[in-house]
Amino acid sequence: MTEFLNNYPILTLVTFLPLVGAFVILFMKNEVNIRWTALLFTVVDFIVSLPLVCYFNTATHKMQFVERYSWIPSWNISYYMGIDGISVLFVFLTALLGWICILASWKAIEKKVKEFMIVILVMQTAMIGVFCALDFFLFYLFWEAMLIPMYLIIGVWGGERRIYSAVKFFLYTLAGSVLLLVGIIVLYFAGGNTFDILSLMNQNYSFTVQFWVFLAFFVAFAIKVPMFPFHTWLPDAHVEAPTAGSIILAGILLKMGTYGFLRFAMPMLPEATHYFTMPILLLSLVAIIYGGYLALAQEDLKKLVAYSSVSHMGFVTLGLFVYNTTGIEGGILQMLNHGISTSALFLCVGVIYERTHTRKISAYGGLAKVAPVYTTFFAIFMLSSLAIPGTNSFIGELLIIVGAFGYNKVIAGVAVLGAGLGAAYLLGMYKRVALGEITNEHLKEVWDLDAREIIAMVALVVFVVWIGLYPKPFLNVMHASTEHLLKQITVTPPQ
Amino acid sequence: MQFNIINIIASMPEIIVIAAACLLLMVDLFLSKRQKHLMAYLAIAVVIIAAIQTWRIEGVRPLYIFDRLFVVDSFATFFKTIFYLSTFLAILLSMNYIKIEDIEHSEYYILMLFALSGMMIMASGADLITIYLGLELMALPVYLLTGFMRKDIRSNEAAMKYIVLGALSSGILLYGISLIYGLTGTTQLSYIAASLKGGAKVDSALILATIFLIAGFGFKVAAVPFHMWAPDTYEGAPTSITAFMSVGPKAAAFAVFLRVMLHALAPISFNWIAIVAVISVVTMIFGSVVALVQTNIKRMLAYSSIGHAGYALLGFVAGGADGIASVMLYLFIYTFMNMGIFGAIIVMRKGGFSGENIEDYTGLAKVHRGMALLMLIFLFSLAGIPPTAGFVGKFYIFMALIHKGFISLAVIAVIASAIAAYFYIRIVMLMYMKEPAREFDVAQTSATRLALAIAAFGTIIIGILPAWAIDFVQRAVFR
Repeated sequence: MTEFLNNYPILTLVTFLPLVGAFVILFMKNEVNIRWTALLFTVVDFIVSLPLVCYFNTATHKMQFVERYSWIPSWNISYYMGIDGISVLFVFLTALLGWICILASWKAIEKKVKEFMIVILVMQTAMIGVFCALDFFLFYLFWEAMLIPMYLIIGVWGGERRIYSAVKFFLYTLAGSVLLLVGIIVLYFAGGNTFDILSLMNQNYSFTVQFWVFLAFFVAFAIKVPMFPFHTWLPDAHVEAPTAGSIILAGILLKMGTYGFLRFAMPMLPEATHYFTMPILLLSLVAIIYGGYLALAQEDLKKLVAYSSVSHMGFVTLGLFVYNTTGIEGGILQMLNHGISTSALFLCVGVIYERTHTRKISAYGGLAKVAPVYTTFFAIFMLSSLAIPGTNSFIGELLIIVGAFGYNKVIAGVAVLGAGLGAAYLLGMYKRVALGEITNEHLKEVWDLDAREIIAMVALVVFVVWIGLYPKPFLNVMHASTEHLLKQITVTPPQ
Repeated sequence: MQFNIINIIASMPEIIVIAAACLLLMVDLFLSKRQKHLMAYLAIAVVIIAAIQTWRIEGVRPLYIFDRLFVVDSFATFFKTIFYLSTFLAILLSMNYIKIEDIEHSEYYILMLFALSGMMIMASGADLITIYLGLELMALPVYLLTGFMRKDIRSNEAAMKYIVLGALSSGILLYGISLIYGLTGTTQLSYIAASLKGGAKVDSALILATIFLIAGFGFKVAAVPFHMWAPDTYEGAPTSITAFMSVGPKAAAFAVFLRVMLHALAPISFNWIAIVAVISVVTMIFGSVVALVQTNIKRMLAYSSIGHAGYALLGFVAGGADGIASVMLYLFIYTFMNMGIFGAIIVMRKGGFSGENIEDYTGLAKVHRGMALLMLIFLFSLAGIPPTAGFVGKFYIFMALIHKGFISLAVIAVIASAIAAYFYIRIVMLMYMKEPAREFDVAQTSATRLALAIAAFGTIIIGILPAWAIDFVQRAVFR
């Protein structure tokens, strides 16, 4: 089987299958058929992505399932795809969230269904491409190509202030990525006229080059994460985006920022990475605490989850920059966890919004009485986001904090405080929404989950519990690559 | 000068276009009013015949003819390809439009052919005199075409401004040429380069001459601070002519600008590089920022076109084969995407509705999915978002710049492009995210369909598979 997989362009298949689906939908008319076709393509894409995980060789840090074809010879650019222990997890996550997004939009999207499904499928291709690309030009192409569909998803199918949010999202992200482009081209010339990511990792750049390129990369990736103080686009985008948009944003787009650090900034620019460690760790701590505080004060369910994302992503960046296996593996695992738990929370918010058309926390109360199944799932995801032992995030945050203790005790101590904040806002929210007496007459008309919604939620619960109780397979997959990454970033710190 | 049959064969495309234009003037007399539209097909036939002839004589080695006044090389062939393409697309887009505007006279197409011949002579000019000749031959018909809507006051104003400022800039250019002749004793580009290389000391007169040349050409490509004519002219001219002159004559001006700066004056590039760098930065920023506040789409595209000239000028700063090739690729791509967006605007013109206000596009996606999608592709390409061709064009320029170490210029350029993205996506926003405020009636004919399809195809295919286009321009760089 492995032999078979290595001989066939499976990564290309996983990446471009959704795009093929978008093309097919382009020629369809019936809305019901369009929904089913979109679902079919995303499910098949998910199934095709499974062998990537099942037959992944965990013993090596080398790129697997590699495909390489010359593309633009005069600039030495090739179509170069491959995954290692880090990216395989996110290819899988993207494929998983793909069909969940379609399910989440089944009823929520009523106007322009055809366009929506096309845009979501195009987005899916671009996102998987980002994680598979091993050529910097190809990577940048996928990275920027995400902007157009995401802009449309927020702007066309969003809430009331959708246009403002869409434009803000677009310009914010574009401003970051154009600097990334300059950084990429500088590395191309500094690294011997190549866009090959692997060979760019093996160069020794002068500290000046590293310093400036790191700054350019940092702005681009920090906006995507988003790190404090670049986070202001996130709440707007999240609040206005339709449920599927929020899931994509929280589940995958935010991961691209941290993935960028892992794949490019750290291994390519180790000295600059060390140079900037302290500021980044401090910004992470600010994000953890400040994001948590902001979440405490939110009246809007989506905004609350959005600010909790800022806090949680703070944990991820903290874990990545403490330079030990525990911390980095915790960070990567937490990226995956956040993709699952926060997407699930947005799914929950979307489900209830479809029924009540409000996201105001004060409009709810006592939901558990009318929709017990829903509140049970909600509770599981809330607890998972809160990092209760037995859930996925517990493992992730624990590893990060242990890793941080190994680096600096004060930083770790502050991070623990931030974890406490999480309990405050999440439990508070849950209490006000689900528990107590029914405060609002409308809520009595709320119906419980249907089969479609249960399928989507169960799929996510499986991973919450699996990673929570037995994270070993996931850690195994990333272990070799993490060790290799650590080796790459071990340098003598500059004087 | 001894007569040689080679001269005739090598300049056959120019001879064909000019002779055919004169012939068509006479043919016009025999056409009844109903048959006037046939002129468009005849003009297209002329363009195609000239194109075939051009590619037939295309050789790798540059061929100098007419006493080295005129050169046939792959650089000229490349630019002629752009001219044929833009003329062809402009004619396709004009056929129905000039009927709607009630300006369907045969002279319209004939003047276009004359302008085309001027551009071709510019691209092949190996001597400042030939270049000037071509420039004027191109400019005069375009002045006329700008004012072709005689009853429209804006069209008159546009032509007036264009001709007055154009004459002024031609004067400045001529003065520059005469200074160069006085200093080097020649107007032949290669000889100028040779004499400057041969240890000619750089004096203030030479700098003055360079500045005059830059000002003259800067006017033609609408670079700040010589851009003043562009917004009014673009707005007032018939839209089909705006489309034509924002691509063809502009590319022609860039072709001679490239030859003069990076061939004749290349040995003293240290003298003018800072001037061009400053002009390009100001042009980029000015074009992007002022476009933000426009309400008329033609005016907005005029400023956008100013901004794009700024990016192309960055290629001059980079210099060398890559710098030249990057400008050429940029112009090639610009032909497709700019013709495309103007084509979309032209098609919107029907009945009492002009389609000139940006607000007019509100909700277009609801009514005309196809048109909105096309405009989306062209606008994102103009903004330089992958996977469209516009990105590839910008990318090459940034590569050339950074290769030569102009990293801060590249940073300024990318920031300007991020600003510029706003006004492009604003139109997308209006089309896709707002409810339509009025009925849309699109004047789509099979000719405009073909033109839009060619433009869209070029915009997408160069974005995804740019290798052939890059090879194409790299082979065509003059040496």
